[in-house]
Amino acid sequence: MPRRIPIGALIGLVVTTLFFLVAIFAQWIAPYALGDIAGGVWEPISAKFLFGTDNLGRDLLSRMIYGAQTTILIAVLATLLSFSMGAILGFTAAVVGGWFDMLMSRFVDLLMAIPTLIFSLVVLSVLPSTLVTLILVMGTLDATRVFRLSRAVASDLNVMDFVEAAKLRGEGKWWVIFAEILPNALSPLVSELGLRFIYAVLVLSALSFLGLGVQPPAADWGGMVKENKDGIVFGIPAALIPAAAIAALAISVNLVADWILNRTTDLKGGRGNG
Amino acid sequence: MADVLLDIRNLRIEATTYPPGEQPMTITIVDNVSLTLEKGKVLGLIGESGAGKSTIGLSPMGYGRGGVRITGGEVILNGRDILKQGKNAIRKLRGHEVCYVAQSAAAAFNPAQRLMDQVVESSLKHGLTNRAEAERRAVALFRKLSLPDPENIGERYPHQVSGGQLQRVMTAMALCPEPVLIIFDEPTTALDVTTQIDVLAAIKQAIHATGVAALYITHDLAVVAQVADDIMVLRNGKMVETGTAHQIIKEPKQAYTQALVSVRHIEHEEKQPTPKPILSVKNVTAAYGNGILKVLKNVSVDIHPGQTLAVVGESGSGKSTLARVITGLLQPQQGEITFEGRKLSNRLGGRTKEDLRQLQMIYQMADVAMNPRHTVGTIIGRPLTFYFGLKGAERDRRVKELLEEIEMGKGFIDRYPAELSGGQKQRVCIARALAAKPKLIICDEVTSALDPLVANGILKLLLNLQQIEQVAYLFITHDLATVRSIADSIAVMYRGEVVRYGAKSQVLTPPFDDYTDLLLSSVPELELGWLEKATAGRKMASAGN
Amino acid sequence: MVPKLIAQRIALGILLLVAVSVLIFAGTNLLPGDVAQAILGKTATPLALENLRREMGLNDPAYVRYFHWLFGILQGDLGTALTTKLDIAASIRERLWNTLFLAFWAAIVAVPLAVILGLVAVHHHNRPVDKLISGLALASTSVPEFFIGYLLVYFFAVKFQIFPGISTVYDGMPFLDRMKAIALPCTALTLGILAHMMRMTRAAILNVMQSAYIETAELKGLTAFEVIRKHALPNALAPIINVVILNLAYLVVGVVVVEVIFVYPGMGQYLVDHVAMRDVPVVQAVGLIFAAVYIFLNVVADVASILANPRLRHPR
Repeated sequence: MPRRIPIGALIGLVVTTLFFLVAIFAQWIAPYALGDIAGGVWEPISAKFLFGTDNLGRDLLSRMIYGAQTTILIAVLATLLSFSMGAILGFTAAVVGGWFDMLMSRFVDLLMAIPTLIFSLVVLSVLPSTLVTLILVMGTLDATRVFRLSRAVASDLNVMDFVEAAKLRGEGKWWVIFAEILPNALSPLVSELGLRFIYAVLVLSALSFLGLGVQPPAADWGGMVKENKDGIVFGIPAALIPAAAIAALAISVNLVADWILNRTTDLKGGRGNG
Repeated sequence: MADVLLDIRNLRIEATTYPPGEQPMTITIVDNVSLTLEKGKVLGLIGESGAGKSTIGLSPMGYGRGGVRITGGEVILNGRDILKQGKNAIRKLRGHEVCYVAQSAAAAFNPAQRLMDQVVESSLKHGLTNRAEAERRAVALFRKLSLPDPENIGERYPHQVSGGQLQRVMTAMALCPEPVLIIFDEPTTALDVTTQIDVLAAIKQAIHATGVAALYITHDLAVVAQVADDIMVLRNGKMVETGTAHQIIKEPKQAYTQALVSVRHIEHEEKQPTPKPILSVKNVTAAYGNGILKVLKNVSVDIHPGQTLAVVGESGSGKSTLARVITGLLQPQQGEITFEGRKLSNRLGGRTKEDLRQLQMIYQMADVAMNPRHTVGTIIGRPLTFYFGLKGAERDRRVKELLEEIEMGKGFIDRYPAELSGGQKQRVCIARALAAKPKLIICDEVTSALDPLVANGILKLLLNLQQIEQVAYLFITHDLATVRSIADSIAVMYRGEVVRYGAKSQVLTPPFDDYTDLLLSSVPELELGWLEKATAGRKMASAGN
Repeated sequence: MVPKLIAQRIALGILLLVAVSVLIFAGTNLLPGDVAQAILGKTATPLALENLRREMGLNDPAYVRYFHWLFGILQGDLGTALTTKLDIAASIRERLWNTLFLAFWAAIVAVPLAVILGLVAVHHHNRPVDKLISGLALASTSVPEFFIGYLLVYFFAVKFQIFPGISTVYDGMPFLDRMKAIALPCTALTLGILAHMMRMTRAAILNVMQSAYIETAELKGLTAFEVIRKHALPNALAPIINVVILNLAYLVVGVVVVEVIFVYPGMGQYLVDHVAMRDVPVVQAVGLIFAAVYIFLNVVADVASILANPRLRHPR
C-alpha cells in the first residue's frame, strides 16, 4: 500500500538526513580545521566566517560541523548500545519470564529511581570523561527505558493467541521471538529508537554543557554552548547557534519518530466480519 | 395515524473515517431507511454486524458516534422533525423524552458515582421532579425490575454490583424520567444465557407496566421475538423486510430473512462411542494463582476418534481452562490425560513433537490467532514445514490443497489476515490446524465472535471435514444451539465441575439436574411466548446472580 | 484495604531509597577509578596517595564504609567536603532552600497552565488549535534547557534589559527582588516541564472522554460543561494529579542545568561544581538528596492515584 508522507515528517526526514551527511563528511566539508585560530575573538557573521568565530577566534561553522560528528557519533553509539541491550533483555524477560524477568525488572526499577542526569553525574565524578565512558554510562542508563518498553510490548504480544498457537505447535524460543513477536513489535521499537537517540543527544549536550561530557579540544555542540556562553551577556549570540542545532536535530528526529508510531495501526485487527 | 410516536423517513447516515496516512473517506452507513413506531409499541431492529442498527437507534436522540452524521431524511418524534431542532432542543429531549440503554452497563456507568445519583440525574437535570420523589420512583423501578434489596442498591457503586443487575439498573435509569421512547441497544448480549433470560423478562415486564415505546436492537432473532411487536430486518445499512414479529418468524418473505430464521437447523446424526477413546481426561483438578483459585474440580471426560465432544458452560464454568490443561498450557494439580492409551506429559515442554502435532487448536478470535505480519501461505505452510519438512513448491501445492478444502480459492495464498473477512479468517485457522494432520482438534468458542450465517458456514465446514479426515473435536461453547448441531456427546460444566455427561441424546433428554434444566430452559427459542413459558416452570434461580 | 496499599507503597519507597543509597555508594566506590589518584592526579607520590586513602577511610572494606556513611546520614551528618573541608549539611542548607524556592514557583506557574492548555487541546480535539498546541509541545520537549535559557538571557537580559541574566540571591533579600532575580530561570524551568505535563494531561482527559459513561451522560441531555464537571473531571482527576506530580519530578533534573545557566546558588550548581572537582562525599550526599526527592514525588503520585480510585475506596 503506497502511503503519503505528511509534510512534517518529510521535513524531519530531510533535515535529519542532512545532519547525518554533514556528520559523516565533516572532514571534507569544514572550511577550517578543528583547532585553527582563523580570526579574532567572537567575530560577527561574515562571508569569511558564515557563523562568525568563537571565544578563541576559531571558525564557528567548522566547529559546528566537527561538533555534529562528535555529538551524533556518541549519541548513535550510545543509542545502539542502549537499544540492543534493552531490547534483547526486554524480549527475553517477557518470553522467558520467571526469576530472570523478576530480577531484571527490579534492577531496572532501581536504576530508574534515580534521574539519568543525576546518576550520570555521580558516576562521572569518579570516572574520567572519555568517549568510551560516556557511551557506556549513557547507553546503560538509557537501556532501562528500552527494556521497559520492549518488555511491555513483548508481554502484550506474548499472550496473543497467535504466539500461543506457535508455542502449542512446539516452536522454539527463537522462532517465537524473531518470527512471531519481533515483526509486530517493530514499529513501536523503531519509533522508540528515534526518541532514545534524541534523549542521548540531549543528555550528552547537557553533560558537555556542564563541563563533564566531551572534553576540549574536541568539539561537540553542548561543549560549544559552554565555551561561548559568556558572550551572551555582551550580546554575542555565538552560544545560541550550537544550541539551536541541537534543537533542530531533536525536533526533526522527533517528527520522524512520531510519524512512524502513528503510521502503523493495522496490528489490531477488528472483530468484525468485513 | 394519530398515535404514531416516531416516524423516520428515508434516513441516510454517513461517516467519515481517517485512515492514517491516507485521504479521509466518507462511507454510507445507513441508506434510505424508513420506519414508524406507535406509542407503547416495541419495534425490534435486527441485523448482523455492520447493518447500521445502532446508528439508526441513536438517530431519535440526534446523536452520532465518532464521525457519524445524518445527511438525509427526517426523524419525526411526536410530530417534530428533530433533525431541524437546535442543539438546546435536542439536549432537552435526551434523557427526558428519549432514553438509552447501552450494551455494556459496566462501562456505561460512571465508576466514581453511586448508582442512585446516576439514576435520578436526568430527572433532576430536566426539572421533572424533586430529588426525594425521583429516588422514590427509582426504588419502585428497582423493585419492578426484581433487583435485590431495592431500597439500598442505589447506595452502591457500579463495580459493587453484578453485570446482570447493572443492566437492570440501567433500564431503571432509562425509565426514571418517564420517557416516551427507550432505545435498547443489545441490552442482554454481553450477559450469560441464564442471566440474560432474567434481564429480558424484567425489561419486558417494565416496558408493559410503564407503557413506554421502545426500539429494541439486537442480532439475535430469538431474543427480539420475545419482546417486539414488530421487527425490521436490516442488512448493510438497508432495509430488508419489515413486519409483525409473527410474520417475520413464521412467514419470512425475503431470502435473507429466511436464512436468518432457519440458521439454527443443522441436522447431525449422533455417532455411537467406540471402545477406545482417543483422549481421556481423568480426575483433573486445576487452579490459577498458586492453587488458590480452583477452576477445575475432578473433571473426567473421554473423546472418541472421529467424534465430537461438546463442553458447554457459562463464563467461569472452567471450560476454557479444561482446554488449557489438555494442551499442556496449564499444569493440573491432580489427574492425568491419556492420548491413544499413553499418558501425556502435563507440561507443554514435556511433550514430543508428535504429541503436539496430533493435538491442534482453533481459537475464538481468529484475527488475533494469526500473526498479522504473516501471509496466509506462511500461516498454513509453517506447520507443514515444522512437522513434515515440506518446502518450496511442494509446500505451496499442499497449502493450495488445504485452501480448496476449506472452500477458499488458492489465490488467497498471498493475502494477509487483515485482508480477510471474519469467516475467512476462521477458515484459515481451520486449515492451519488441518495442515498438521491431527487426530484431535480443540475448538474454543470458534463461532462465538461470528454472525449467525457465517457461524453456520463454519459449523457445516467442520462437520464436513470430520467426515473426510476422521478427526475428533473437543468443542467448547456456551451456545446450546451449536451443541445440538455438532455434538456426539456432551459435558455440561458448572463452576468447575462436570454436572452432566453422556451421549447427546441422553444429556438432552429429561429428567435433568437443576443446572442443566436452567441452562436448557434459558436458551431463547425462536417462538413467540417462549419467554413466559420458560420463566414459569424453572427449578433453579438464575445462576449468574 | 486502602491504608494497607498506601503503607505498602511507602514501605516500597523506603526500600527503594535504601537500594538507591547502595547504588550511589557503589557507583562512587567500586568503579575502577581510584578516588585518591583522581583527586591528586597522575603525578602524586605513593606516600601522598596512601595518606589520602587513610584520611578518607579508603582502606576499610566497602561495606564498613557504606554503613558508616549511611548511619551518618540518618543522624543528619552528610560528611565533610574533600575540597573545602566544610560540613556538607551546613553548606547545603541554604542552597536546598534556594532550589526548592525556584522549583516551587516554576510549579506554581506550570501546573495550572499545563492543565488549562491540556483542557483547551481536548476541547478542540483533532482541530487546528489542538494540532498547534500538540506540535509546539512536541517541539519544546526536544529543545535543550540551555537553548531556552540563553534565548531568554539574550532577549530579556541583554537586548531589553528587563530581568537580570545572572540570578544572584542572598540572605534577607527583599521578596520582590528575589522574584525578579528568579524570573528568567523560573520561566526556563516552566517551559521545560510545561509541554510534557500538558501532553500527558491531554492524554489523560482524552482517555476519560472516550469512555462509555461520557456518552451516557451526553445522552441524558447534560450540557458539555455538566458532562465535564460531573462525569469527566472526577474520573480524570486521579490521572491528572499523577501526571502533575510525576512531572514535578522532572524538575529535579531540569533544575541542575537551569541553575548553571543562571549561576543560581542552588543544589544543582553545587553538585556540578563538586563533580568537576571529584569531591566524592558531596556528590554522594547531593545525589542521594536528589534521588530522595524524586522517589518521594513518585510515591506521592502513587498514593494519590490509590486514594482517587473508587474501586479501592469502596471495595465490594
